Amino acid sequence: MGSTAIPTGTKWWTGGKSPFNVSYGKVMMWYFLMSDAFTFGAFLISYGTIRFSVNNWADPNQVFNSFPFAGHANLPLAFVSLMTFILIFSSVTMVLAVHEGHQMNKKGVEKFMILTIIGGAAFLGCQAWEWTHLLTGEHVAMLNDGTLSVLPTTVKMNPWGEALSQTEMVKALQKTSHEQLVAIANTLHHGAENAHHAAASLTNQDLINQIATSEIHATHTGPIAFGGYFFGITGFHGFHVLSGVVINIVMYIKTKLGHFEQRGHYEMIEKAGLYWHFVDLVWVFVFLCFYLV
Amino acid sequence: MSAQHFENPEVTFQPDHSGGTKKIWKIFWVLSALTIIELALGYFLYLKHGQLGDAVVLSTKIVIGILTLAKAYYIVSVFMHLGDEVRNLIMTIIVPLVLFVWFIIAFLADGNSWKNLRNTRGKSRTYQTEEVSKEAVESHK
Repeated sequence: MGSTAIPTGTKWWTGGKSPFNVSYGKVMMWYFLMSDAFTFGAFLISYGTIRFSVNNWADPNQVFNSFPFAGHANLPLAFVSLMTFILIFSSVTMVLAVHEGHQMNKKGVEKFMILTIIGGAAFLGCQAWEWTHLLTGEHVAMLNDGTLSVLPTTVKMNPWGEALSQTEMVKALQKTSHEQLVAIANTLHHGAENAHHAAASLTNQDLINQIATSEIHATHTGPIAFGGYFFGITGFHGFHVLSGVVINIVMYIKTKLGHFEQRGHYEMIEKAGLYWHFVDLVWVFVFLCFYLV
Repeated sequence: MSAQHFENPEVTFQPDHSGGTKKIWKIFWVLSALTIIELALGYFLYLKHGQLGDAVVLSTKIVIGILTLAKAYYIVSVFMHLGDEVRNLIMTIIVPLVLFVWFIIAFLADGNSWKNLRNTRGKSRTYQTEEVSKEAVESHK
């Protein structure tokens, strides 16, 4: 079986051998990934259809502009770049694990599987931070009744519409209730406790003056579908990452126990690798559709 | 460290795995470079937001899309080793995916047509962003 080059004219379909020259397990992994590609493709195309059907979709540079521990600094694309590089790097460590498997190097497989698992866990941590940031975020948006509210980004609410003009802002502030004005004023102080009590005791006009002179970015509400698509598709991808991490942990344990060494080959690492690279592949497209364009 | 051997009777030929990790690292740098170019173009669109013509924005986005397809090609071909497999397997994976060409064109055109109907020719209702329900806002507080 030392053959490396495939002779031309090999008759693949005469029986007795796989016409695809791979084991049953591997060919089925490929077909599973192909069907999964259609599932993700359908989700992303559905998202694209809805996005094309409205006038103002949320601007990704406005929605995804924060970074952990950077406060309210405006850093578009920064955090998602970090997530992308984490996933690319864990793809490299995975393919290195497969390579070590080909050399029957047990220690090498273990080392690179651990690195891959760490990469996957780091990605999931980033995603958890990003979701929390959006779900608990405070963004001032004008509802259709003309009043301002402090809204997070959820599957039911999307505060990321067009910016309000100065006149729209002045009009909306006059209509907004005292309770909401206090809530908006509090977003200016970013949670300083004594400032909160102070805001509640101010009159409406004082609050309006305070808000109008601040650099607040109030917007119209945006298409509600944004949250559902964002959390739905990144969630489905994140679930794939999670199951990939679990599969990789199982593969690491089986390597450690010497199962593959006894078997004489590390093909299971290759199959887990196919799944892991697919997860990276999907992220390449999620990254394109949600963050870049 | 003896080379591994498969006992699968259906596998006729083993691809050559004796090579080093040079190619893997090369592809890592290629993927990183493509990602950095994508990010630069995305940042360019952000900086020039509202100042560029529709055609420039659209063509920049198309370039980013093509770079993404290049990344996908490298991941599938090298990291997933599909490029080392026999042609029969490559075709059975790639050919069905060609459906996406029709899928994307048809659905995006459909979405665009909805927008045009609502904005211009429909006239049955004026374009308005869906309302965030009061209950949703209340339940959040």
